[in-house]
Amino acid sequence: MASVIVSFELSGRPVEVMVAPLTTLQSVLRNQLGFTSVKDGCRQGGCGSCTVLVDGEPMMSCLLPVEDIAGRRVTTLEALTPPEGLHPIQQAFMDNNGYQCGYCTPGMEMLTKALLDHNPHPTRDQIVDALAGNVCRCTGYRPIIAAIEAAAAAGSAEGAL
Amino acid sequence: MSTRSLAGTDGLHVVGQSVDRNDGVGHVTGRDIYSADRTFPGLLHLKIVRSPVHHARLRGVDLSEAQKVPGFVRALAAADVPHNVYTILGLIGVEPEEEFLLTPVGERVRYKGEPIIAIAAETEAAALDAVARVRLDLEELPAVFDVDEALAPGAPVVTHWGNNTFMYEGHVCRRVRYGDVEAGFAQADHIIEGEYRTSPIEHAPIETTGCIALPEPNGRFTVYTNTQALYFSLDNTSIILNVPGNRLRFIGGMVGGGFGGKVDVIVEPLATLAAMKTGRPVRYVYNRSDEMQVSSTRSPEIIRIKDGFMSDGRLVARKVTGLMDCGAYSRQTPYAVTKFAANAAGPYAIPNVWIDGYCVYTNRTPTSAMRGFGITMASFALEVQMDKISELTGVDPWTLRLRNAYRNGDIKPHRKVVDDATLIETIQAAAQLVGVELAPDLKALTSAPRDEAAHAAHAAAVAAGSALAAGTPAGREGAAR
Repeated sequence: MASVIVSFELSGRPVEVMVAPLTTLQSVLRNQLGFTSVKDGCRQGGCGSCTVLVDGEPMMSCLLPVEDIAGRRVTTLEALTPPEGLHPIQQAFMDNNGYQCGYCTPGMEMLTKALLDHNPHPTRDQIVDALAGNVCRCTGYRPIIAAIEAAAAAGSAEGAL
Repeated sequence: MSTRSLAGTDGLHVVGQSVDRNDGVGHVTGRDIYSADRTFPGLLHLKIVRSPVHHARLRGVDLSEAQKVPGFVRALAAADVPHNVYTILGLIGVEPEEEFLLTPVGERVRYKGEPIIAIAAETEAAALDAVARVRLDLEELPAVFDVDEALAPGAPVVTHWGNNTFMYEGHVCRRVRYGDVEAGFAQADHIIEGEYRTSPIEHAPIETTGCIALPEPNGRFTVYTNTQALYFSLDNTSIILNVPGNRLRFIGGMVGGGFGGKVDVIVEPLATLAAMKTGRPVRYVYNRSDEMQVSSTRSPEIIRIKDGFMSDGRLVARKVTGLMDCGAYSRQTPYAVTKFAANAAGPYAIPNVWIDGYCVYTNRTPTSAMRGFGITMASFALEVQMDKISELTGVDPWTLRLRNAYRNGDIKPHRKVVDDATLIETIQAAAQLVGVELAPDLKALTSAPRDEAAHAAHAAAVAAGSALAAGTPAGREGAAR
């Protein structure tokens, strides 16, 4: 089948890509556009390492045909990182050792961003529920949950994340 | 950038303080580059035709349909591999070479997923399509999946040498003999026997195993890899491809989870060979199902223990048989069994010990390194056994272990002089942390040598910097008997 051109907004700027039908958003972000914070752990929606925000909602980009995000807003971790220093979510993951090998970390942080945007003061149970689709094999989840709690506290102090 | 800085100016006085990791900023910003995050112009994708069955003789391969797939570039077969039979521990003198990089026609595949043909194509989809179109002519053979069955007479033979055990200097198992274990049992007030089984755990790192091999203009090959064992992989690649090590440049560092699963040498030789044969960069990265089906697991074990002990809990005899399933190829498991044999008596001073450690071949996925392999499972079995002894004798678990703990200057069953004992102090500290009040005589115990002779032995061992580590004849003999 012929390739198609798809337009969407990537972290605030318009992009157009030419893709074969059913090419995933993950593949476009990693292989065509070079956004390698979007990780590639399973390509079957099983690990969450490719989590990005689509119109503010966390989604596994490995399951999304890029045609389906035409005209929508996509945000990756690259957009969260400020020119200098760290985003409060990143700082919270640093301070709480919420990472070990780092491979699940971008997905965890994007998930955190969506969670706190919707619910600035999540309970621990709500955090655990939110993490259900994101797998970490190194740390166990306690430092990650602690990082999300710290990020929420930082957000409260600063007004917003 | 960081809220915490290294204490002091030299950065070397940080014990007891939190410091940021060097790779922390790269990880939390997603800027760290993992091996498969790279891409190169002309990059080819390598996918593997694998055995669909557990045990079979390969009678033929038909590539004709695969070659017609648009984007097909090159198929690699056994004849393309300069030194096709290898064993990854060959670097440290382990024999025999046993595993094919690619199985030749006429030979056997010994596990489901064993590589037969590698196909390089312009896209991943084309490589997968071509792989699916390769036709294999396989004569399926009886398979064995259980170590006890593999050791029984008449079992299907997995290896090429006629039985299903790795051979330790001519013996079917790694043996440790210390004192007279039968005399120990005769003297014991009680005997407890136990059997313990552990599972073949898959490491399942979130980043799958993989690498990219790149031909350089100067005739060298650069390999970006997520191996946990960079020079191990480089040296084995050098052997398998029969090229000098100085033509290979391996770049690693970033590992998205390993846990021992990225110690085996699996992807680099094939990717580098494909780069040699095509003159193009080649990417060979497992997908999730490869990682689960093909990559090594922790070896499942059966551990059988017979303990003889006195009414006060003192162990006088311990007999241990460990059966480790290495799957179809031994990989790192012979080493795991040796570690097992050296540690199966536990951190205890037992006068009579008998240990047999077997590395058993079956038609399962090969097993290999994973977090303390050989030791972890032994410790589980031994400590459950210790709790059973505690229950039977009424000697509480703390006292039981302190009473049996080895001390500096003691001789371990494999003839190593204990030079770094900390068990007593560790148990004392643990008791304090959880609010257990130990009896005064137990609080007063230390790991110090028991007497003058032990003191001298300990001093000599410390001076020698550990007999085992130095590989002295005495140390080796003790472990190898």
